[in-house]
Formats: sequence, C-alpha cells, structure tokens
Amino acid sequence: MIQEPYISAENLAAMRGERVLYRAQSLRVQAGEVVLLRGKNGAGKTTFLRQLAGLSQPDSGTIVRTVPHHWLGHATGLKDHETPRRHLQHWAKVWGARADLQAILTQMGLKRPADVPVRLLSAGQKRRTALARLAVSERKLWLVDEPFTALDVDGQAVVSEMMQNHLMAGGALVAAVHADFPIPAKTELCL
Amino acid sequence: MTPAPLLSAFRQALAEAWSGGAGMLLPIGFFAGTTVLVPFSLGSDSQILSGLGPGLLWLALALASFVSLERIFQADLQDGALDLWLQEEASISMIATVKTLAHWLISGLPLVIITPLLAVMLQVPVEQTLPAMIAYGLGGLTFFLWGGVAAALAASIVRGGLLIALIALPFYLPALIFGSLSLGQSYSDPSFLFLSAATLFTLGIAPPAMGAALRLAAE
Repeated sequence: MIQEPYISAENLAAMRGERVLYRAQSLRVQAGEVVLLRGKNGAGKTTFLRQLAGLSQPDSGTIVRTVPHHWLGHATGLKDHETPRRHLQHWAKVWGARADLQAILTQMGLKRPADVPVRLLSAGQKRRTALARLAVSERKLWLVDEPFTALDVDGQAVVSEMMQNHLMAGGALVAAVHADFPIPAKTELCL
Repeated sequence: MTPAPLLSAFRQALAEAWSGGAGMLLPIGFFAGTTVLVPFSLGSDSQILSGLGPGLLWLALALASFVSLERIFQADLQDGALDLWLQEEASISMIATVKTLAHWLISGLPLVIITPLLAVMLQVPVEQTLPAMIAYGLGGLTFFLWGGVAAALAASIVRGGLLIALIALPFYLPALIFGSLSLGQSYSDPSFLFLSAATLFTLGIAPPAMGAALRLAAE
C-alpha cells in the first residue's frame, strides 16, 4: 500500500547572510515514522524544523504538508499569567477539542501545579505543560525541537511513552535532538 | 473558519492585559496625571483652560496609548505563542486585531470613561463632554490600531518603546487633526465625519499590516 506522506520536503536550503547553512535536504515522513534531525549547534536544526512548520520560508526547495501538525519549539508558548490548566483549556477551545484535560494533566505529572501561574513554575514543569498541549487534540504530525530539554528522568519516561502511543496510533514525529533518543528512528538527517 | 480561535485569542489577551495589573492602570494614570498638571502649568484662568484643555486631552490620549502597547506582541514573540498562532488556520491578521481590541478595551476605553472628570477640571463646557467622549473613543481606537502596527513592526526589538512611538506618531495625525477640530461641533460636522472615516480606514489597513509584520518578526 502506498501511503501519502504527512509531509515531504524536496531540496530545502537555508542561508544565514552569505553563508549556506544547509542545502539539498529532502525528507518524507509517513505514518508511524520517527525522523531525527541531528547536527552541531548552529547547524540549522531549528531553522529546518521552522521551515517544515511553515514559520520560515525556505531559501529554495518545496514543502508539501497534507495534515495539520503540532509544534513544540524552544519557547514553550506559555503565557506567564496562565496556569497549565488555563493553557490547555485555551488551546482546546482554539482547536475545538474535547479532550479530558484533567486526565492529561495527571498523566503528565502536572496535577499539583495545575493551577499555579506559569511564571512560578520550573523549566521542567513548563516543558511538561507544553508537551501536554500535544495531547489535547489529535494531530498526526508532531514537529518538536529538543523535546526532552529540562525534563527529569520521570518526565522523560512519560514523554517517550506519550510519543510511543502517538506513533502506534499512526502518528509521526520529526524531532531535532542532541542526545540519545529513546525511540528507534527510521531516518536520521545530519545537517 | 470558526470564530472559536478569535474568541479564545480575545479572552487570552484580556487576561493578559488585566494580569499586567499596574500595566493596565498605567495609561490611565499617565492620562489623568498629565491632565492634572495642565491647570498648574497654564494657570487656572477658565478661558485659557477651556480653550486649550480639550486639545491637550487629545495629546495626552495619543501618548497614553503607547504606554501599554510595547509588550503586546513582543511577549508573544518571546514566549513562543506567536509561533503557535502562525500555524493556525485562523489568519494572524485577525488574531492580532482581536488582541489589539482587547488591549484597547482594557487600557483605552477607561481613558474615555474618566474624560468627564478631567473635562470638569479643564473647565470644558458640559454640553461638549459627550461628543468629546465619542470622539475620544474613535480616536483612541485609531491610535491603538496604528500603535499595534508599530508594535508588530518593532516586536523583535528589545526596548522598542520609543521606536513604536516614532513609527506610529505620523499615522496618528489624521485622527488627531480631525478629532481636535470636531470639538464643540455637531455630529454631522465634516470634521467629525472625517474622524470616523479615519477610524474606518485604519480598521481596514491595520489588520493586514499587523499580520505581515508579525510574519516577518517570526521569520
């Protein structure tokens, strides 16, 4: 069975001023697949991911997206005045999702800080809240930048389980990572 | 497109503007403070005051609108919320407009509401107060929208407050000119109609401008 890829990119390139960050990078992501972006600091992993997400225009090449995606960047997208619960409620409303937010908060270990304003949370708790957002509405493709940053051992286990479930359900994942990744990847793209 | 994203954005922006606490009261304090200084600097001669007062209120209104605008899009850029909005189906122009309106509601509209109090202080004739309030409302809306455009353009610049003022001030002129002219005139006076037209024009131009500027800021 030939599947339509969730996202495919042909010959992407990025420039930083006069310097070529990368060029002729191609990618196809299908159901159940993990694609890891690797490279040194400043190699362009984040830039590549932002081009895939449509946040930056590629300097050359084409991108075809067939499904909506979830995004998790360096910045978590959380507002200082919000609580984790408010944050999830907000995006659930935007997306018209009817997920059980209490269950998601509990699963992500955010039961206790659920009603604490984000400015008082630790970096790991903020990261967990941002990751919990991905569970609010089902989207087949996740684009994540360093998903395990700031997470403790327990948090990493929770998140990798969450990702496993996402992949089992026919989802796909593109992640920019430095360290080891707990899930075997189909492709590793070196920038 | 459903209105749900816009409603949520509006609610979030209201909460954000409100949670600013002092941030929200600051424009009111600035507006009232500046106006209270006027009788002291110009003397309490009622003829001078009632002549100059309403015009000075316009000036204070224009400057007060800057106080809260600096952070409106910069915070979104820094905390990553802008990236999330840009990937939604809802157009970023609409989201930005809704956010600006929310800020106007929290820190612009109160300025209009305290106008009668300040008008008494400046010895403005009572019958002029209501038309003046409507004019301030329209003018304030224009100021906030242009200020929003400038804030979107300066979103990636740290401490861009002065730059925002520099970009936006020329665009304030039409509303300022016709707003000041409309004082003491009837609603059908050309100056009042031009003020309304300037507001409508801004409502048409500012949203796409904010959208384009925010896309560029995230790039």
